[in-house]
Amino acid sequence: MELSIHYYLVISAIMFVLGVMGVLTRRNAIVIFMCVELMLNSVNLTLVAFSRELNNADGAMLVFFVMCVAAAEAVVGLAIIISMFRNRQDIDINNFNLFRW
Amino acid sequence: MELQGLLFWIFAVLGIAGGIGLILNRNPVYSALSLIVNFFSIAGLYLTLEAEFIAIIQILVYAGAIMVLFLFVIMLLNLSKEPKQSPFSPSVIVAAVMGISFLVIMLITFTEYTPVSEAAGDLFVFSKTETIGKAMMTKYLYPFEMISVILIAALIGAIVIAKKFNYENENKEN
Repeated sequence: MELSIHYYLVISAIMFVLGVMGVLTRRNAIVIFMCVELMLNSVNLTLVAFSRELNNADGAMLVFFVMCVAAAEAVVGLAIIISMFRNRQDIDINNFNLFRW
Repeated sequence: MELQGLLFWIFAVLGIAGGIGLILNRNPVYSALSLIVNFFSIAGLYLTLEAEFIAIIQILVYAGAIMVLFLFVIMLLNLSKEPKQSPFSPSVIVAAVMGISFLVIMLITFTEYTPVSEAAGDLFVFSKTETIGKAMMTKYLYPFEMISVILIAALIGAIVIAKKFNYENENKEN
């Protein structure tokens, strides 16, 4: 069986949609964060698949940078979650109306 | 090629199962463990794409560093289980409609893409560590330097945000 790029694209689309649905349905801030990571990963899979398809290293480089930014984003996001928890003893995003006027 | 196809299907099913487990488990620790399964299977998919460097980085950075951070924070916060949601609550319906319509759009787009018949140049230079290292030091030198700035900014920002400020003591000193 010849593995064409379409298989990888479909798998990555399904993972991305799972991440979107998680972000929209879950209420725990940490789980929402993990769903964002899932979406970033599925996009990385697409980039690597196209990188192989076109035999071009640019996609693989972009994956490297996406990973670095994702790591930075995770660190800052978790710090925000910790300080949210410290204020309210809870990280249910429905209870967060600090910026609401 | 036969083994590659078999591995592809194993990792694809594992990855999607991990994603489903992530959004269905109500205990955040189980969600995080499902996400680790997903990350490892994505690393396996990178291997079937012959991108070894990216696969190793995936395991080191995501499954290693980021997930350890997530698990630490989950266990630090001592969270309760999320309340059960009915499958017909508005947010679930909105998510299902948006997700399915997005998936349909993506699938239509993919069927219209025709793969290139012949790749230019040497076969599979894209994933060599040598190629990536050279590109990082030449074509992508400025983005590479910017990444170091972003990482140090994230490091300092995380410490400042998560640090517990003791305002009363500060006021006494002043």
